[in-house]
Amino acid sequence: MDILAILGDATRAAIGPEAAIYALAAIGLNMHFGYTGLLNFGQVGFMLVGAYGVAVAVTTFSAPLWAGVLIGIALAVALALLLGIPTLRLRADYLAITTIAAGEILRYTYRSNFASPVTGGVYGLTRFADPIYAINPIPAGRYGFGQLSFSERSLWIMVISWSLVALACVLMFLLIRSPWGRVVRSVREDEDAARSLGKNVFGYRLQSLVLGGVLGAVGGMLLAVYSQAVQPDAYNPAVTFYLYTLLILGGAGRILGPVVGSVIFWFVVVCADSLLRQAIGSGLIPASLISPTEVGAVRFALVGAGLMLLMIYRPQGILGDRREMMLGDR
Amino acid sequence: MTADAGPRATRLPGVPPEPGVAKPDPILVAEGVTKTFGGLHAVQVSRLEVQRGAITALIGPNGAGKTTLFNLLTGFDRADAGRWSFEGRPLAGLPAYRTARAGMVRTFQLTKSLTLLTVLENLKLGSRQQAGERFFAALVHPLWRAREASIERLADEMLARFGLGLMRDEFAGTLSGGQRKLLELARALMVQPAMIMLDEPTAGVNPALTQSLLRHILQLRDEGMTILFVEHDMDVVMGISDWVVCMAEGRVIAEGPPASIGSNHAVIDAYLGAHHGRRGGGER
Repeated sequence: MDILAILGDATRAAIGPEAAIYALAAIGLNMHFGYTGLLNFGQVGFMLVGAYGVAVAVTTFSAPLWAGVLIGIALAVALALLLGIPTLRLRADYLAITTIAAGEILRYTYRSNFASPVTGGVYGLTRFADPIYAINPIPAGRYGFGQLSFSERSLWIMVISWSLVALACVLMFLLIRSPWGRVVRSVREDEDAARSLGKNVFGYRLQSLVLGGVLGAVGGMLLAVYSQAVQPDAYNPAVTFYLYTLLILGGAGRILGPVVGSVIFWFVVVCADSLLRQAIGSGLIPASLISPTEVGAVRFALVGAGLMLLMIYRPQGILGDRREMMLGDR
Repeated sequence: MTADAGPRATRLPGVPPEPGVAKPDPILVAEGVTKTFGGLHAVQVSRLEVQRGAITALIGPNGAGKTTLFNLLTGFDRADAGRWSFEGRPLAGLPAYRTARAGMVRTFQLTKSLTLLTVLENLKLGSRQQAGERFFAALVHPLWRAREASIERLADEMLARFGLGLMRDEFAGTLSGGQRKLLELARALMVQPAMIMLDEPTAGVNPALTQSLLRHILQLRDEGMTILFVEHDMDVVMGISDWVVCMAEGRVIAEGPPASIGSNHAVIDAYLGAHHGRRGGGER
């Protein structure tokens, strides 16, 4: 077994574009769940409208890319208002039910036949992000060493997406330490107490939902731009739960929780994948027990087991504070 | 019935002890407030006035509708019918946060301390006119820095007044039950209300802390605050209130100075049942 290759693969995933994109979407989820206490189970829906906002605007309507980005953001705001206005006055469970359903409704709508002239149906859309790559200042070639190397395209997307992650973290830091953040956290702790002190709980929840949704949409756009393709089934509910996984792993309600969580999540997933494949390849695990095609599922089973251990021994996540965890009654 | 009302009755001189009676200077006037849950008439208050600058106790057996009335008046629950005005301003139908902004702030029977905010943050949350609570202003520190500093000074004064100074930077979740009641009261005062409504302020609080809590309430009254509170402990009610309102089965059945209430037949019937021999005065 080639340990170096495994670690190389895992590290590449941990700092690669997907890790940054998931971190960005999870920062949005952290705004919802970690700071406001909103149970949004449809973050992937926001990613989808962001991704398709760009793809459809550019491919179907021949709009410039920047307009596509604005459209994607506008769609995320609209989705947040659409989901939030009827549900945010109700108990937390209603938002959870509505968002998980909305995510699936969006996926099925975008992949349906009647929408295919616009969305490309099940095949999706491709090659809409050329302008981004056209302004790539990094000369062609591979950067890095051994397993741990990136093409100039990946590197360019990494620069963009990690910069956006940094920007989002600064934004969250500024917001959370402000009086606005104080009100939002009080809504998480006890909405009635916040109301009794004259705070418009509904308004703050809606603002939080919009902000986190827009961050999710930007993540979705980057994913679309990175792969130069959108395909509806990539935006399935499991993505939202990966986001929750890495958020809780890193520490919900911490500025850097989603970032640390995303890096570790991708490292562990790819490490498990690479390890299993090598173990099967070298005959260490008999192919009759796990076939190479089953690795994809088994690695997530391993990740799940790891998460259970984490919940038992460090329920507050990597960056969380155990004392807070014990005080909180959520 | 109008007999010995005690020294504090001078705050409402000459007001006859009748349900729904008009007060000389009412801060809160409620009329025809009703709420039904299914077939149950939880609240049917035809008229209730609360005197400004006085401590009014709201008593009544369990299920009398006291907390429901609180919830209706403060916008936490929607009344089926009725009008009420606070300082002459109609409040019926307004959401809870607007009621609080109008100057009528409540606390809860089950204390709602914001566990994962520090004690100081809890207090600062109560303050009003903080521009930094708006999304875009929040991003620009200079827009709210000065106001935040003045809020913090006020919060520190409040902490000192309620003896919570040592807990300033601790999570509110680490406070004892009694301290949480004090915190909730202090936090409500940060809103700078004209009236506070306390739902069982002494429930689950040890006797020493109860005494301190009551002193704070009396002191607030002396500073001009109007206080309406729900209470089961008759010693507390008799000890600090200027006026007592008794509810039963959703209605106001009696009102009067504390001394007159203990001997009121309607009150005794409500607590002990109409077929009681009318000998004991034991409340609760």
